[in-house]
Amino acid sequence: MTVSIQAVNDFVIKFANVNGSGSASANGMFAKALFRMGIPCAPRNIFPSNIQGLPTWFEVRISEAGHLGRREGVDLMVAMNAETYAQDVAEVRPGGFLLFDSTKPFPKAMRRDDITFIGVPIAELILGEFPDPKQRQLFKNIVYVGALAELLEIEWNVLTGMIEEQFKGKEKLIGPNVRALEIGRDYARDYLQTPLPIRVARCDGVGDSILIDGNTAAALGFLWGGATVAAWYPITPSTSLAEAFEQHANRLRRDEEGKGNRFAVLQAEDELSAIGMVIGAGWNGARAFTATSGPGLSLMQEFLGLAYFAEIPAVLVDVQRAGPSTGMPTRTQQSDLLLGAYASHGDTKHVMLLPSTPKECFDFAVEALDLAERLQTPILIMTDLDLGMNDHISPPFQWDDARCYDRGKVLDADGLDAVEKWGRYLDVDGDGIGWRTLPGTHPEKGSFFTRGTSRDEYAKYTESGEVYQRNMERLQKKWATAATLVPKAEIREGSKPKACGIIYYGTSEPPMAEALQALKRQGIELDAMRIRAFPFGSEVYEFIDRHEAVFVVEQNRDAQLRSLLIIEGDIDPACLVPVLHYDGMPLPAQVVERHVAEYFAAHRKPRLSEVTP
Amino acid sequence: MTFVAKPRTHHPKLPRNDLGLTRRDYEGAVSTLCAGCGHDSVSAAIIQACHELSIPAHRVAKLSGIGCSSKTPTYFLGKSHGFNSVHGRMPSVATGANMANRELYYIGISGDGDTASIGLGQFAHIVRRRINMTYVVDNNGTYGLTKGQFSATNDKGSTSKKGAPNLYEPIDLAMMAIQIGATFVARSFSGDKAQLVPLLKAALKHEGFAFLDVISPCVAFNNHNGSTKSYEYVRSHTETMAVADLIPIRDEIRVDYAPGTVEDVAMPDGSTLRLHKLHRDYDPRDRVGAMDTLMRRAEVGEIATGLLYLDDDPSDCHEILNTVNAPLATLGEAELCPGSERLEAINAAFR
Repeated sequence: MTVSIQAVNDFVIKFANVNGSGSASANGMFAKALFRMGIPCAPRNIFPSNIQGLPTWFEVRISEAGHLGRREGVDLMVAMNAETYAQDVAEVRPGGFLLFDSTKPFPKAMRRDDITFIGVPIAELILGEFPDPKQRQLFKNIVYVGALAELLEIEWNVLTGMIEEQFKGKEKLIGPNVRALEIGRDYARDYLQTPLPIRVARCDGVGDSILIDGNTAAALGFLWGGATVAAWYPITPSTSLAEAFEQHANRLRRDEEGKGNRFAVLQAEDELSAIGMVIGAGWNGARAFTATSGPGLSLMQEFLGLAYFAEIPAVLVDVQRAGPSTGMPTRTQQSDLLLGAYASHGDTKHVMLLPSTPKECFDFAVEALDLAERLQTPILIMTDLDLGMNDHISPPFQWDDARCYDRGKVLDADGLDAVEKWGRYLDVDGDGIGWRTLPGTHPEKGSFFTRGTSRDEYAKYTESGEVYQRNMERLQKKWATAATLVPKAEIREGSKPKACGIIYYGTSEPPMAEALQALKRQGIELDAMRIRAFPFGSEVYEFIDRHEAVFVVEQNRDAQLRSLLIIEGDIDPACLVPVLHYDGMPLPAQVVERHVAEYFAAHRKPRLSEVTP
Repeated sequence: MTFVAKPRTHHPKLPRNDLGLTRRDYEGAVSTLCAGCGHDSVSAAIIQACHELSIPAHRVAKLSGIGCSSKTPTYFLGKSHGFNSVHGRMPSVATGANMANRELYYIGISGDGDTASIGLGQFAHIVRRRINMTYVVDNNGTYGLTKGQFSATNDKGSTSKKGAPNLYEPIDLAMMAIQIGATFVARSFSGDKAQLVPLLKAALKHEGFAFLDVISPCVAFNNHNGSTKSYEYVRSHTETMAVADLIPIRDEIRVDYAPGTVEDVAMPDGSTLRLHKLHRDYDPRDRVGAMDTLMRRAEVGEIATGLLYLDDDPSDCHEILNTVNAPLATLGEAELCPGSERLEAINAAFR
């Protein structure tokens, strides 16, 4: 008999459910209860591309040490879907636990003797309590949360408090929900060994953090950042971003009388139209954005080239999912980096921001609106499904009321009267950025024709090769300006220099500290750099230059960020060692640890016995 | 081709409008289209309409897609901002621009390839959204800029320059526009300025989505015998169903038409839109009747022109979305940013 896992505030629990059964909200409640007990935790919804009837999972990593990346292996499986029993049993670590609905016996053939099976006859327990079959289905989920409260020692008033909050205004639902919790709790108390050797305990691990998903965070950033036009087409996993924007704007962006909207949300007929609307609005002076995912970004290519060449502000969020083609629409990846960086035909380059946390989703949304108008070009915020759709513990959002929007170089009527000679694409400031004008500004001055075809500094059509090339070179100068304005990389270096470094970005952040600690225990110490934007600032290349070899951690097959570093920085590919993870699940620390350790094992100097014949 | 400016001198006695401007003030660069191209007549009609309506040119935004027709915004209203976007996607750009600033006039210029083929989806949806703009299709049934391929508005059986017949059914854009929610739909002919200019004026003053399908022959590739979009064919096969005149506020309204054939519609700016029903049984405010007539005429190879459909109480997308009166592009931090206190409340809601 294997010894049971013992742990307080340090384990992984996974819920196996059927999708469309209301499990996501019960599981979310479970995670939030831990958060409210001050325990760092990371919930992750692993869902099918389906509305009802297919298997779905919800994983929560609980770590008082704050290691919130995904961890391999499950300590407690809440197996509520008989169809996936075999797979769910297999995932449990030796010494772990599996909770199941014992209304029907658990098949002997699937049992393991190195894990503890905990039966709660959920269906039977609620049969007498709730007559409505639909309610029964929903309350099943609440019952297991109640049982877990007893098994894991979740504070009771935290759970009931959440139910009261959730059903504020629909008070008659509070009673039945609490009753469902009690049914689970009472059964566990009366018939099961409690608490389990793995359990939780209130701690002080979350401070003033908030628990929020990146899509909502970005939507709020756009709201605070002054976006007025949002155009989008529904696509997983970005849909909730546009919906959150509309929902919060309806509340926070009405005029004083509460009548008129100070925003317009357009659900477009496709992504081509969505980005076209954003470009039209940006051209006409409004702050506008769209949110999409890989297939949508593919469709937007032609328009992004136009916006690059015609120099029109636009903001796009790509909540990346597993590609190519339809790929795995409900799985996460960082595989659109190259598509975003060089979107469209011809010589194009686009600014990309790479947030890691909901706080950064908020901040970068605000920043992107400023950068788009300052640089007069599309800004792509590259998040992913894990960051966008899952709740994450994040520092709270902050706003400085003295902050002004940077509307960039726009000449108004007085400005036009004041300048001697104006040309839309004249580089008068030496930063590669011209002064633009908006339609309707001045009766006599400042009108020009925006086009994707070549034109001179005064926006006049031309097919002169020399003029075309001059313009392309100015755009390159603007690109260099962009590199000085985008968020700098975050560098973590100790006082003593290390031979090797590691580069990562986006949602590879949560597992990184854990991976680096584990490597240190093995005697491998690395300097670390989190890249936050493209084009890369000089600090990125300097970091690479300081190290003999640098690992580049990515959630894609083709080492796309590494390619960008090689292409843009002229870096010797031999110096950049790819560490890749692309099965569609968030990156676990163990993958980084394994890859890096293997590299060191393979590159250590040979021992004498190994070279002597 | 390079940019060609027109000489700025003009006859001192050219008529001036309410803004003291002559027609020349509404011109653009010299056209680079083929001599005799119908599109140049459409540009001239737009110049005349804007001049007569005394629209300040800088308050107009001209948008287009790609193709011969989409080149024309360079050739009129030189003091307006213009946007030559990507092929078939002018509607989305116009939609975004209109959302940003509801106070400007928007003129969209497209062609039959741009609108009926590559851009058919965007066309359908801008109609549904009722963007307040004037959308003109210079319809010549052919791809001029790529030298003479059939377009989707080309009639079945109509022949190419080399004599090959078109094998596919045509798309009637005016019919589509009526069916999916345009509040002003007209068809005209680039060779009939007397009809086109008043229709353009009425369209520009229409506070909703106004669509004009203007048959505009391509002299290079689709003006031969056998083509149903040639000058000759169009001249001999059109029948005007109704026309519209825009009567400015100060003009006295005199009724000198046969009873039942004229109707006056009050416009929001105080002017009057006068409808002349030229066809006894045709009522341009009967949506279903209009579609019935268009289909029946098309069956016998005739082209119904004039004002085909009018909703005289139109709504537009800003009304649908309930946006504020001030252009969204002009709003600043004070109107847009909910501020730190509200953000703190958001933080609290996520704890």
